[in-house]
Amino acid sequence: MYPELGQLALIIGLLLAVLLATVPLAGAMTGRDSLQAFARPLSAGMFVFTGLSFAVLTHAFMVDDFSVAYVANNSNSMLPWYYKFSAVWGGHEGSLLLWILMLAGWTLAVAIFSRKLPSVMVSQVLSVMGMICVGFFLFIIITSNPFERILPNIPADGRDLNPLLQDIGLILHPPMLYMGYVGFSVAFAFAIAALINGKLDAAWARWSRPWTTVAWSFLTLGIALGSWWAYYELGWGGWWFWDPVENASLLPWLSGTALMHSLAVTEKRGVFKSWTVLLAIVTFSLSLLGAFLVRSGVLTSVHSFANDPERGTFLLALLGITVVCSLTLYAFRAPVVHVRSRYGTLSRETFLLLNNVLLVAATLLVALGTLYPLVLDYLNMGMLSIGEPFYNATFSPLAVAAGLLLGAGIFSRWKKTDGGWMGRKLLWPLAVSILVTAAVMLNYGGFAPWAFAGVFAAAWVTLATVWDLWDKSASRKGRWHGLKRQSRSYYGMVLGHLGMAMVMAGATVVSNYGIARDVRMVPGGSADVGDYTVVFNYIGERQGPNFTAQYGEFDVFLDGRQVASLHPEKRNYPVGMSVMTEADIDAGFFRDVFVAIGERISDEAWAIRLQYKPLVRWLWLGSLIMAIGGFLAIADKRYRIRVKAKAAASSGENAQPVGAKPSEAGT
Amino acid sequence: MRFIPVVLAALLALALPAHADSPEFYDFDTRAEEQRFRNLIAELRCPKCQNQNIADSNAPISKDMRDQVYLMMQAGATNDEIVGSLVDRFGEFVKYKPPVDRRTIILWAFPAIAVFGGLLIVAGVVLRSRRRGSDEPALSPEEKARVEQMLSDKDPSSRS
Amino acid sequence: MKRLMLFLPLVLALAVGVFLAAGIGNDPTELESARVGKPVPEFSLESLHQPGEMLDQSVFQGEVSLLNVWGEWCPACWDEHEYLMWLANDKGVRIIGLNYKDQRENAFRFLGRLGDPYQTIIFDPRGSLGFDLGVYGAPETFVIDAQGVVRYRHVGVVNERVWEEILLPVVNQARGNS
Repeated sequence: MYPELGQLALIIGLLLAVLLATVPLAGAMTGRDSLQAFARPLSAGMFVFTGLSFAVLTHAFMVDDFSVAYVANNSNSMLPWYYKFSAVWGGHEGSLLLWILMLAGWTLAVAIFSRKLPSVMVSQVLSVMGMICVGFFLFIIITSNPFERILPNIPADGRDLNPLLQDIGLILHPPMLYMGYVGFSVAFAFAIAALINGKLDAAWARWSRPWTTVAWSFLTLGIALGSWWAYYELGWGGWWFWDPVENASLLPWLSGTALMHSLAVTEKRGVFKSWTVLLAIVTFSLSLLGAFLVRSGVLTSVHSFANDPERGTFLLALLGITVVCSLTLYAFRAPVVHVRSRYGTLSRETFLLLNNVLLVAATLLVALGTLYPLVLDYLNMGMLSIGEPFYNATFSPLAVAAGLLLGAGIFSRWKKTDGGWMGRKLLWPLAVSILVTAAVMLNYGGFAPWAFAGVFAAAWVTLATVWDLWDKSASRKGRWHGLKRQSRSYYGMVLGHLGMAMVMAGATVVSNYGIARDVRMVPGGSADVGDYTVVFNYIGERQGPNFTAQYGEFDVFLDGRQVASLHPEKRNYPVGMSVMTEADIDAGFFRDVFVAIGERISDEAWAIRLQYKPLVRWLWLGSLIMAIGGFLAIADKRYRIRVKAKAAASSGENAQPVGAKPSEAGT
Repeated sequence: MRFIPVVLAALLALALPAHADSPEFYDFDTRAEEQRFRNLIAELRCPKCQNQNIADSNAPISKDMRDQVYLMMQAGATNDEIVGSLVDRFGEFVKYKPPVDRRTIILWAFPAIAVFGGLLIVAGVVLRSRRRGSDEPALSPEEKARVEQMLSDKDPSSRS
Repeated sequence: MKRLMLFLPLVLALAVGVFLAAGIGNDPTELESARVGKPVPEFSLESLHQPGEMLDQSVFQGEVSLLNVWGEWCPACWDEHEYLMWLANDKGVRIIGLNYKDQRENAFRFLGRLGDPYQTIIFDPRGSLGFDLGVYGAPETFVIDAQGVVRYRHVGVVNERVWEEILLPVVNQARGNS
């Protein structure tokens, strides 16, 4: 009985979404406040019913209701309860429901946190979000209903959740990722609203910024979690494969980063408006493209859900309508009149513009690499694979260039920067960066050109950022006062850039200096990897909640001293009939030592995979720091200023939003 | 009676798997060779799998391909010859590094094209903004006065 | 002019949409063969039925044939076998079997249960000929012309649709030329 309620809730949600998409927009077009007033209650209602639907599905999983097909396909009575919970989004239908829940959640959030905005704007934004919701509600109800039942032959037990997914990664990664993907719909909605009502100005940029930054932070976390999860779960020590689905998450991230920076310029200087709006549209479109690629089976990927042409077609239609309508609106309504503002060659505007060029180039590169096999196949020019070797050769130079630009750009000033002054400021970071890079090369055992470039860029960004902070926090009342005086927005930027440098350093070092070996080991034997010696003690068996496992004990030594004892396993899941390799990792801030059990070679001997991964944790720590930077930036007090009742002040026509600090150091 | 052991030995010999050439484990003489093998199998794609290289894939065809790489390395083949022998059989698809030819020149040249094109755009924008004569004030005098008022109680050393 | 430039993203998006739409419904695991246009690789393998009798690439000379890669262990091969029987017996198509990575007893059991449509069966327990042909899974079916040149490779089961729409045209073309 309950599953039908869940389905009914979805249908009601759809109806509310349809109303939300039309009524407030009509009110905005005709100036009728009474219609516009429906926006917030409709958003709330839509969220309530979506939440209800999600709760019903969750309940079905928790009580093992195998009459629901989706539960039967993704769960099992022996599954631990926390995996039953995350199994709700372990398959296509449920993950789609999670997506819609987040969409409704973000819509409600916009409704709640937009009291200061003009009601016409709010109505338009919420209506656009309502339209997006309509598309997804239709998709789930028509093609991907999670509440379909298998009656009357209810299976005795479920097919179990794929063992690869029985992990904390599944609990965290998709929700974070979706928060990011879906969050960009808010920036999209703001952009569309601005195109509709023609008020594309600094105020619009200011309202869009926190929403964009939050979505970006979540997406950063989501991608990092995915990488971390793949690293320890798959047993091969890989953390990024340039798989189409992975690329699908990177695309909106790259474009979203460009958007974030472009919004900053539009807010502060009123320029780049066309670019910013386009980026807002493109970023969300890339989110939708990602959803399409994962669920349509058009590209081969280890991550894709099952191939289903009907769903693919529907999603493509959804994507197509959204993109075509928004880009057409853009082509007709985006401003072509140049803003009357001048800026110099070395101005911050120029640096940010160059930064955006690099980010957009990177976005297009990844998109090209991902879609190229499809294009060639369509043109009957053969089937090619485009993978890591290609991206290493082409993406790395762009990343390094962006890093070099970033370091220099930190010292740029709005409108005009004196070249000589900037050059002098940069001498010290340049010198120290070279020294640091040389030290790193020596430490890890040798010069490699890309290693140098990557580490140098990371050091360069770090030193320039710290140097700038040092500069700005100079104060007559003491250093501490100077530091306290900087805004959260500024610190958000600092953390964002430092996190980025950390990721670059980690990626460069682990790619160039990491060592992986497959060795033949017998109990009692040992092998070395890098400076570490691994001793194979024994191999035994144990029983888990829904698996049996063979596990080995390995002791890790460095310079004769034991540093770790590791217990990797090979697990056998009887229900799904699959075998999983669970690596064990000695994690450290500066390196991981990674041991996984491979195949049995003979009675005594096993193939063991040993890995030494220097600075690999910096990838995810750096990402975490970037995301924290983002969250910090939106906690800045300028976003909490109360606007007085003078409605004229907030009409959005002013280049200077009332109450905001006219300039924030560095942002 | 005496030929029973012979018969048993013969039966035993027949019962052994015929996969004499398929190595259970890949042994190498030097670390460099080991690394070379790892690099090769990381760049070759399993034709059957959902986007995995032959290093990470458990599919039988991946094992066959790894064997081929190993045997050819032991026989002294170069990397190009090894990859070529697999491409001969399975097509370009099994290389993760796309070839540089007429079809893919846009792909490989893209970063250079994009950056160059971007620089042109930026140069155009910056130069156009410089040519636009004197800067017009972005704020009207009333707005300016309001800004002054807001700024008056802020820390004077904050900069733009 | 500037206004026209703003239509560029739309144009690009539409182009991408066309490619994406074309990709829907395609099976990305079906690869085209690298052996098309080349002769069947040299091999020397035993016949399944007559152990000790060696077969080589000359077995393809003289007549256009299908080379069907199969194994008892492959579930889809069980599904397609009935159609192969019909092709061989009712349509007179010459089918040569490649028993791939299998064991003799299992192969005989399979043929005993489902029938034998093959004029000859090559026994390839290690999959060496399969490997040289670029076989990556079973079932696969090749069209080989009378000179022993590979004309086409189909991945997956052979059924009526596959025969009528895909294989028969190639076979006819190969027959026309020989």
